[in-house]
Amino acid sequence: MDISFWVDAVVAALILTGSLFALIGSIGLWKLPDFFMRLHGPTKATTLGVGSLVIGSLVYFSSRGEGLSLHELLITLFLFITAPVSAHLLAKAAMHQRVGRIEKTKGRIWPQ
Amino acid sequence: MLENVILISLGIMSAAAILNTLRLLAGPDLPDRILALDTLYINAIALIILLGLYLASDLFFEAALLLAVMGFVGTVAVAKHLMRGDIIE
Amino acid sequence: MTFWRKLVPHPWLSLFLFGVWQLLMNDLSPATLAAGALLALGIPFLTRRFWPDPPRLQKPFVALKLLWRVIGDIIAANWQVALLILGPVKKLRPAFVCYPLALTDPFAISVLASIISLTPGTVTADVSPDHQTLLIHVLDVADERELISTIRTRYEQPLLEVFPCSKTSS
Repeated sequence: MDISFWVDAVVAALILTGSLFALIGSIGLWKLPDFFMRLHGPTKATTLGVGSLVIGSLVYFSSRGEGLSLHELLITLFLFITAPVSAHLLAKAAMHQRVGRIEKTKGRIWPQ
Repeated sequence: MLENVILISLGIMSAAAILNTLRLLAGPDLPDRILALDTLYINAIALIILLGLYLASDLFFEAALLLAVMGFVGTVAVAKHLMRGDIIE
Repeated sequence: MTFWRKLVPHPWLSLFLFGVWQLLMNDLSPATLAAGALLALGIPFLTRRFWPDPPRLQKPFVALKLLWRVIGDIIAANWQVALLILGPVKKLRPAFVCYPLALTDPFAISVLASIISLTPGTVTADVSPDHQTLLIHVLDVADERELISTIRTRYEQPLLEVFPCSKTSS
């Protein structure tokens, strides 16, 4: 009984932090002023948030299913591999489309 | 306890999905909309996983994995289309 | 040696495929293990023409240390980015930074670009056509030189050790 309480606490903590991080990513997507800054929210906060949520589900099913259940790890792995790739492709597409940036951005992009 | 936490998380994820939808509608440029769609995909994975937890069923895993794969392929295809006007080179 | 090299052209890819298969099937019965081994050996062998230059991984311990450090940094960086996002927008100092690469191996460059995208408030936006510079967008930067030197010592030096073939050609 004691152990299952602690497992539940760990799962609850992982799920809550995960969904809060995903919410922060979406807040960043909504409130930041230009495209390149918006890119930061979903690539980092949302990826980590969903990653930790999935690991919470892994802990939950491992604790009450039959034996260890690790296949949720695959989703986390996949998200962490693909997030930089899609961010890179979107940034390239945005530079190609000459999406505007806010004026105080330092540095410049090279011609596409 | 856990059930309530799962319900709260479902609420938080729905709020995140609403923010993404607002960005999807607001734009202003095409890359913004694609980014919003990509984030919506990832949030949908989270919602499916949470639903699986709530119903204590392992069957939702395959759906979440498929959604992860499809979302990535979709984002890449549309981004490539914006870059080259062409998906398959 | 060459016989094994031909039969198992990409040992790391095979190992990765085997691991992914076990995770996907989620059990360890002999039939699953056998099917996993068959696929892990068969797929790289049948598609070997598409992977002409396998990245040669050396010093796996350095790679593991780097992986551990990157996981820690991802969590730390996310706290920073979360605070930046929730804080006032006007205080942010976004910038594009050019990062001169010391790596030359294409696979190593893409690993570095992924690490940069996942860790501190940075996203890799582009690679120059000659593979010598990365264009990085930073959410909030005080000193660009410090950022560049942090990336170089924290991530690029270990990568140079892990992929040694890029050291000789640079």
